Amino acid sequence: MLKLPIYLDNNATTPMDPRVLEAMTPYFLQHFGNAASRNHPFGWEAEEAVDYAREQVAKLIGADPKEIIFTSGATEGDNLGIKGVYEMYASKGNHIITATTEHKAVLDTCKHIEKLGGEVTYLQVKADGLIDLKELEAAIRPTTILIAIMYANNEIGTVMPIKEISTIARKHGVLVFSDGTQAVGKIPVDVNKDGIDLMAFTAHKMYGPKGVGALYVRRKNPRVKVTAQMDGGGHERGMRSGTLNVPGIVGFGKACEICMLDMEADSKRIIKMRDHLETELMKLEEAYINGSTEHRLPHVTNISFKHVEGEGLLMGFNKNIALSSGSACTSASLEPSYVLKALGLGDDLAHSSLRFGLSRFTTDEEIEYTIKAISETVLKLREMSPLWEMYKEGIDLSTIEWAAH
Amino acid sequence: MAYSEKVIDHYQNPKNVGTLDKASKSVGTGLVGAPECGDVMRLQIEVDNATGMITDAKFKTFGCGSAIASSSLATEWLKGKSVDEALKIDNMDIVEELNLPPVKIHCSVLAEDAIKAAINDYRVKNGMDAIKFEESVVH
Repeated sequence: MLKLPIYLDNNATTPMDPRVLEAMTPYFLQHFGNAASRNHPFGWEAEEAVDYAREQVAKLIGADPKEIIFTSGATEGDNLGIKGVYEMYASKGNHIITATTEHKAVLDTCKHIEKLGGEVTYLQVKADGLIDLKELEAAIRPTTILIAIMYANNEIGTVMPIKEISTIARKHGVLVFSDGTQAVGKIPVDVNKDGIDLMAFTAHKMYGPKGVGALYVRRKNPRVKVTAQMDGGGHERGMRSGTLNVPGIVGFGKACEICMLDMEADSKRIIKMRDHLETELMKLEEAYINGSTEHRLPHVTNISFKHVEGEGLLMGFNKNIALSSGSACTSASLEPSYVLKALGLGDDLAHSSLRFGLSRFTTDEEIEYTIKAISETVLKLREMSPLWEMYKEGIDLSTIEWAAH
Repeated sequence: MAYSEKVIDHYQNPKNVGTLDKASKSVGTGLVGAPECGDVMRLQIEVDNATGMITDAKFKTFGCGSAIASSSLATEWLKGKSVDEALKIDNMDIVEELNLPPVKIHCSVLAEDAIKAAINDYRVKNGMDAIKFEESVVH
């Protein structure tokens, strides 16, 4: 039986896997100790659980457990990784390279660094959402200390060529930070094969709990250090003070373990559903997939339906289907998605986009329902759209002088 | 963000969606907004030349639910009014009727602009001067 509403906004957050909750529960009630309490069994149990989780998390990304710093989530990891390197390597240089399609947690951190006197290069992306490696290499200066490029994009699912990026970075002795939020747990990520020096990621995008994440910090070849951004008890090898969120960390570990075991089978199933969804929706006229379809996460597709506005479109079914739009009509700014605009999309197409994020819990039935609901709404709204009428009459919309508004 | 019931009703059952013959002298067409801003409204009125009464009104809107509802409501209000009465429709009347939140006030402004643009189009077609309106301030 199809159960409504359907959740297809898994890039925002995923539901927790029941197995994760089961692993966490005892650490709220029986084993509630502080992992830093060294003198009694409550503390020992908590510490043991954290150590085990640290191994589970490290294993998923091919790291050593000592290289995992637990945080409150990816935003903190982004801040700690980038600001921490900026401060720690101040004597070496003050230049950071990133891209315009990064998450705000990276972009705003970089802007903060600019205010502190740092220099940041924001690389443009190509129409497929990938950066140009030649441009990246050309942007490296003697003062460059860090390249911060996300593993996969949250809006369009585009997977960046991290291995190639790190090869360039190594050649120039520059560290690589990657925001792995959307990629870790969904596709194979290996910090050694990929040549990543620092990586932020979070539990709640991979069926774990909210409020817990990790920053991977390389310990060998080279040994990387970050300056702590939070002062206190010196937890996490001095890099992140604050009492550890033991139940959250236990859940994070379990979520990583399940991802590791199920990733391949989950991906196969999810890709099949995503491709079916995409193929059926692309049967509508004037529908466009945003970003690379070749280098892309298995569970994501972002499609623009020209001449209908995204928020208006969502309203047709958002009681029953949870989705996101690149339209900015909900915000006061009227500015549509900066990621889609960075791909070179006109504002009209950016306003007309929907982001689909599937999960391991998505079913074929849900996909069928979604295809039908969205197709019907697009057709209905196009009947109501003056732009669609003009398009059908053969009027070139770019020749119209729109009233400034 | 939750929509008011009235917005949802207009969105689900929009009134007067359609197209009037824009070449006709008795039809005034107003096209306002821009695709870049995420909303474009086209509002048309048909006027009985003898009485100055609006006998029909149609709209098509590219935009969010509030934009669609604002234009749908505007066409309902326009029908049966004289052109002079139609000029008095204020965007805040639309805001009030649809319970639009502050971020959606621009939708009502757009509807008011569309009404005025349609009336001016009708006036110019029939040898009258276009009325100069104060610039909307909300945008």
